[in-house]
Amino acid sequence: MAEKKLMKGNEAFAAAAINAGCRYYFGYPITPQSEVPEYMSRELKKAGGAFIQAESELGAINMAYGASAAGGRVLITSSSPGIALMQESIGLLCSVQLPVVIINVMRGGPGIGSIQPGQADYNQVTRGGSNGDYHTIVLAPNSIQEAIDMIGKAFDLADEYRNPVIIAADGMLGQMMEPVVMPEPKAALTEEEIPVVKPYALTGHKNKRDRHAINSVWLKQELLENYINEYWPKYEKAERELQDWESRNLEGAEVVFVAYGSTSRIAMEAMEMLADEGIKVGLIRPKTLWPFPVNAFKEIDFNTTKHIISVELSQGQMIYDVKLAVECKLPVSLINRVGGMLLDPQEIVDRTKKIMEVK
Amino acid sequence: MKPVFEYTKGMRETELHYCPGCTHGIAHRLIMEVLEERGDLGNCIAVSPVGCSIVAHQYMNVDMMESPHGRAPAVASGIKRVHPDSPVFTYQGDGDLASIGTNEIIHAAERGEKFCTFFINNAIYGMTGGQMAPTTLIGQKTTTCVDGRTIEQAGMPMRMCELISCQDRAVYVERVSLDSPANVRKAKSAIRRAFKVQDLKLGFAFVEFLSICPTNWGLTAPKAMEWLRENMMPYYPVKQFKCPEEVKEVK
Repeated sequence: MAEKKLMKGNEAFAAAAINAGCRYYFGYPITPQSEVPEYMSRELKKAGGAFIQAESELGAINMAYGASAAGGRVLITSSSPGIALMQESIGLLCSVQLPVVIINVMRGGPGIGSIQPGQADYNQVTRGGSNGDYHTIVLAPNSIQEAIDMIGKAFDLADEYRNPVIIAADGMLGQMMEPVVMPEPKAALTEEEIPVVKPYALTGHKNKRDRHAINSVWLKQELLENYINEYWPKYEKAERELQDWESRNLEGAEVVFVAYGSTSRIAMEAMEMLADEGIKVGLIRPKTLWPFPVNAFKEIDFNTTKHIISVELSQGQMIYDVKLAVECKLPVSLINRVGGMLLDPQEIVDRTKKIMEVK
Repeated sequence: MKPVFEYTKGMRETELHYCPGCTHGIAHRLIMEVLEERGDLGNCIAVSPVGCSIVAHQYMNVDMMESPHGRAPAVASGIKRVHPDSPVFTYQGDGDLASIGTNEIIHAAERGEKFCTFFINNAIYGMTGGQMAPTTLIGQKTTTCVDGRTIEQAGMPMRMCELISCQDRAVYVERVSLDSPANVRKAKSAIRRAFKVQDLKLGFAFVEFLSICPTNWGLTAPKAMEWLRENMMPYYPVKQFKCPEEVKEVK
């Protein structure tokens, strides 16, 4: 068994990517994720990979696009406004079906916002801000260990689905330290393995096959419609197969919290405090934000549960997915802070009691 | 019997969508002929821009990908990290490279990226229907400056070779013209030197091709060639800005 180490979140994200066989990273400084490019600039070369400090986030994601097309396993990271800049190419990567893993270490927004933790990019990561029809798979860890495990999984999902996968982390996960264990390292593909494992990759045709053309433009609209309809079933498959969540104490619960990421850990503490007062609270913690785990809501005991509360560091964004999943069986309330401010457990306890007073 | 001339294997046998008289066809063929001579068609990886030549991959017989508008140098930088020994080039027009993509091209040049950029300058946005480009000349009429470009309204036209040659790591910078058979031959030599710079990993190589857009200039092809000589050449001088010793002898 690998040794347990104390690691800072951002450094652990970078180490987990190298551990998962990632050899290409393109970064640009932005708080609170700058330890990722710092770590990669030191460590990626030792692993036989390549790091570029890009001229901008636009540069970074397009370097990732080139490296992914060439068959490389690629990571990029940024924080909220930087991810906003990358939107054009996230949609483009979906249109050409190329894998890349993107970590968003979310901070307060909108605009330049604050540099403290936030979750107000929920719509940005789950709906996306690029043009056209596409989805990105979104994973939401609530500990550094879970982030490490999800980063490994994200690279495999990106390859399997040939689609970008986003890790929705936040400034708290990026900046705090926790004991972690790295999984068994995976080898990167060799130059000989790339055309076998990734037959779409641009490697040069070596006069042995037709040339590959990676195209996002379609001058005949009927062909574009056919192409979208051809690959769309993979998103339906993802919605069926990838939903992932953790649920706690749903049986007999009077109140159910829905919370993800580091906020879920604060909500868990509030649950215990409420339990001490004799109020039974359950929890659904989405581990995938897209696809949203609607199946989790079938576990709710609607005989006992009278209140469902979306707990978020945003002005009520996930709550719309929660409402869709609850299918109007119960009203859904919101407990939130925004702008980089955090909830504390006592505040959640007090606000939960207020919500329970309303009949 | 030995053939004296053959269609290059670098060009796929398909009809080009470019307008009659357009010089993209010449530039495509020159690059592909050079790659064929070098035996590099099977090794090359290329990036096409947003603009008329976005579908260059339909014509060029090399592995190729499209780039978002202006980002081709970033895309090529990523490719080159995965395949450092493969010849890589970007093919970009003046709207793509000199307007929306100035950041990417300057930084790729400044990093000394080991790929070539072939820059097609026809002083106008072609694909979108003839709007003013950063390279549009003072007095030149386009659909977004119908009375002619003025300095007050749009400033001076961007001279990319001059700008890029200020970057130390852009080691080979040359402006050529596609207006005459003699200049076309010189353009081909410039392409050979650019790839040689890349072989030797000396730094970034940049070749600008003065080109025509008869459709959006509203001129016949021969008149457009004259217009290029009379108007573009004085402002965009055909010359070698920088050339490393190692490739000076490459013709």
